[in-house]
Amino acid sequence: MKLIFEKSVPGRKCDILPKCDVPAVKLPEGLSREIAPHLPEMSETDVSRHYTELNKQVHGVNCGFYPLGSCTMKYNPRIDEEAAAMEGFTNIHPLAPKSSVRGALEVLDTLRADLCEITGMDGMTFQPAAGAHGEFTGVLLIKQYHDSHGDTKRTKIIVPDSAHGTNPATAAMCGYQVVNIPSAPDGCVDLEALKSVLGEDTAGLMLTNPNTVGIFDENILEITKLVHEAGGLCYYDGANTNAIMGVVRPGDMGFDCIHLNLHKTFATPHGGGGPGAGAVGCKEFLKPFLPHSALMDRPGRLQVRAFMGNFLVCVRALAYVMTLGREGIPEAATNAVLNANYLMQKIKGTFTPAFDRICMHEFVLDLSGYEKEAGVSALDVAKSLIDYGMHPPTMYFPLIVHEALMLEPTETESIETLDWAADVFRKLYELGKTDPEFMHNAPHHTPIGRPDEVKAARNPIVRYTFA
Amino acid sequence: MTIKPELQYSKDHEWVKKEDDLFVIGISDFAQDALGDLVFVNLPEVGDAVTAGEAFGDVESVKAVSDLLSPVSGTVAEINEELLDAPEMLNNDPYGAWIIKVADVTATEELLDAAAYEAFCAEA
Amino acid sequence: MGSYVPSTEEQRREMLRAIGLSDYRELYRDVPENMILNRPLDLPEGKSEMEVRNAMAELAAKNTVFQTVLRGAGAYDHYIPSIVKYIPAKEEFLTAYTPYQAEISQGVLQSIFEYQTMIAELTGMDVSNASVYDGATAAAEAAAMCRDRKRRVTLISATTHPDVINTVRTYCYGTNDELVVVPAKEGKTDIEALRTLLNDGVASFYVQQPNFYGIFEDAEALGELVHAAGAMFVMGCNPIALAIMKTPKDSGADVAVGEGQPLGMPIGFGGPYLGFMATTSKNIRKLPGRIVGETTDHDGNRAYVLSLQAREQHIRREKASSNICSNEALCALTAGLYMATMGPDGMAEVANQCMAKAHYLADALCAIPGVRLRYDAPFFHEFLLDMPKCKEIEQALAEKGILSGLPYEDGMLWCVTEKASKATLDEVVSVVKEVLA
Repeated sequence: MKLIFEKSVPGRKCDILPKCDVPAVKLPEGLSREIAPHLPEMSETDVSRHYTELNKQVHGVNCGFYPLGSCTMKYNPRIDEEAAAMEGFTNIHPLAPKSSVRGALEVLDTLRADLCEITGMDGMTFQPAAGAHGEFTGVLLIKQYHDSHGDTKRTKIIVPDSAHGTNPATAAMCGYQVVNIPSAPDGCVDLEALKSVLGEDTAGLMLTNPNTVGIFDENILEITKLVHEAGGLCYYDGANTNAIMGVVRPGDMGFDCIHLNLHKTFATPHGGGGPGAGAVGCKEFLKPFLPHSALMDRPGRLQVRAFMGNFLVCVRALAYVMTLGREGIPEAATNAVLNANYLMQKIKGTFTPAFDRICMHEFVLDLSGYEKEAGVSALDVAKSLIDYGMHPPTMYFPLIVHEALMLEPTETESIETLDWAADVFRKLYELGKTDPEFMHNAPHHTPIGRPDEVKAARNPIVRYTFA
Repeated sequence: MTIKPELQYSKDHEWVKKEDDLFVIGISDFAQDALGDLVFVNLPEVGDAVTAGEAFGDVESVKAVSDLLSPVSGTVAEINEELLDAPEMLNNDPYGAWIIKVADVTATEELLDAAAYEAFCAEA
Repeated sequence: MGSYVPSTEEQRREMLRAIGLSDYRELYRDVPENMILNRPLDLPEGKSEMEVRNAMAELAAKNTVFQTVLRGAGAYDHYIPSIVKYIPAKEEFLTAYTPYQAEISQGVLQSIFEYQTMIAELTGMDVSNASVYDGATAAAEAAAMCRDRKRRVTLISATTHPDVINTVRTYCYGTNDELVVVPAKEGKTDIEALRTLLNDGVASFYVQQPNFYGIFEDAEALGELVHAAGAMFVMGCNPIALAIMKTPKDSGADVAVGEGQPLGMPIGFGGPYLGFMATTSKNIRKLPGRIVGETTDHDGNRAYVLSLQAREQHIRREKASSNICSNEALCALTAGLYMATMGPDGMAEVANQCMAKAHYLADALCAIPGVRLRYDAPFFHEFLLDMPKCKEIEQALAEKGILSGLPYEDGMLWCVTEKASKATLDEVVSVVKEVLA
């Protein structure tokens, strides 16, 4: 479809502002822009049609099944959107007097109390804007803690090789050397490998539990104890909290600080890649290090962005927690796990689960055998699913499983959807054996076919060029 | 797969050619084939020290990045800046597309001749 | 209790049987028994949708919505066209994930490509990324992208937003790099101080334009000095001002960043906002975050993809220069939509009205005895006044539904946007007069 710039007509516009009712003021000599920016010139109808056309070429959670592993693409309730659009939330200034924003502060205080209860933490900040940003904040808490004790020899963060790529990248951003330890075959921590790297230089461990293959590490208490005995702290990557909320708490597993992805576990929408919110919780002894805003509070403390975070995302999360409440939170987790196990059970017999055992909220299929047999890759299967109106699972992650497809159905899908999805997988399993070529060329019914990513990377065209 | 008889090879699939006092280094046909379509090369700067067995740069495909491991220790004397604009040269002409030239070489890794490298690749 | 679990209790039992279990607890059999939370969560009972709506409305009603906001300092109350509020609420844009699967994400990808183009146009730079969290993190990421092995020190002007300075300082603390704040003189960066602080260890210098006090910096002169020392020049710009102000590119910037909130996002108690980042073609691979690129599919159709991903954390892991793995896509969409709705003339009109109205108010307030501009320098839509009784003024204006300037450093930092009418500004002046009488 045409770019918005290709639809622009010189002189066309929307009438938005009244005439200026005070005398004009000119920019001082030499400070003016030389040429106006090439921005689109459109009528409101043009604008509306353009974005509606774009919107048609997007697959949202509302469009169909979205079993994207490790991303928790659950349904995003509309009431949460309605709450976040209330004028009393959208039209308040972050630097307004506290007495005029008591409702907003209550939103944050209530959400903080609720999430601390759910995770077993004592304090929480909402400043981080995303999961990776939360990780950064959490690991900085660890750094501040060691620094406050003058403990400068702790230079290493331990990360299992099954971890998401953000974990090592985060540790590096916090000035730490990353020590990768091999995982056991089931993605769990290899205790001997952990012991062999723990020492006086250990600043901490970054871990997600359930781990990145969807298995709960039953040695978790032993793991956190070993790290603590070495003088390190334990960071919980909350990407997989949807499996356990209300059932078991990271605080009770021995973790000192955590991040939560409000846009996963607490049903706030992903917005095509953001904004999310990466709330960071910690135990009492780390609370003094939590970040603040220099302007709202005072400088000289950690601060990871301006003001106090993605407030309107927090409003949505509070509406969600309020809806589910005491019973609904563990019910959601249990059903997320139930749905994952049910779907795995239904797919079993065609594609092979990487770990044939009770999983948590997600599971991994290992297509390496199928790929050898049928010549059809995980990518081919993923792309073929698109033609059925299903968003593909996460592909080629975790790295410790070859030809991996990772499925996370979430609790907001019905048994009918899961049965249908299993059927689709079964059909594709057969199709790959008879017509692999058809699957190599999938998807067949989308606005574009598979794009040439090599071309995009070799000769980057990252903006429109005006004639 | 092409292996040039006049070159030496490291077990990390770099080729080495001695040109007067300089060691010219590139990646083998086997390597470029395994790496897939390359889209970018990160090169060191002239004057940087390189160490045998350690990374001196990396190559990127769309979905992966792989370290370039130096077969020799020395000082970077020249870099092939053409690769910055045309990384596909590494795929199209791996033995023509040299990456760096190293001077003042103090040590080299164990290097294989063409026959030994061919056998090594056959095992891999 | 509200619930979004669709399967009935009977169906759930059926599912449990299908996987060979008899009890939900068995789903958690890998979790050591002693770790299972054996009590209900200490949360209220769940609520119906109607109850939640009422509870949220009650919370919202505890906040004061001011009819006029004369406070900026990093959060700017501009008029948001109606269509700019509606389109980002479309469920597909709203609920999609990061557009990894290009075939079913062309809408998001194209909207980002268009956003990147508009940011490049607005800043005059060659290329833009898909956005980062906010203006402060954009500044911190810019500092990181300018550092190399030899040049590690980051300089930042004291005239920068305090939250931005503090955020950059925190990021520098992370990587154990030094941040030096260049002092201010008369409300602007002290250019002589900058000269003495520059050396061959300095990676970059950051200046905000217009700065925290609303004042225009001598950006070109600062840039020349920075370049003469071999460092990179980073400018943090107000995107509304950019519609009429000399571009960062023409001022010599290597990297242009800023807070994109004024481009159609509500002030929203601080977020979500939008960090924009643009640079020269030469530095494109150093630019962190998502970047959308144009390519073709196998039939030669134009197509958009997330490109240059090998720079990013999921591939480079600990060697990545940033851990960012998302953008503020919906905010970028909003910004693009806002710019398309306003057009080049509308954007310039917003900027000109802001500037005219801010000067109108500043002149009128300064005519009151005891009130004066702290710094007598050209400004955009913010200005710092020396005036007594700031708290009383804040209170008196609040009673009229007006949020005053921000009490700051024993003065008041005012901001006026296109939303304020002459009549309201006149009312502000009379209230201030009354308080100071």
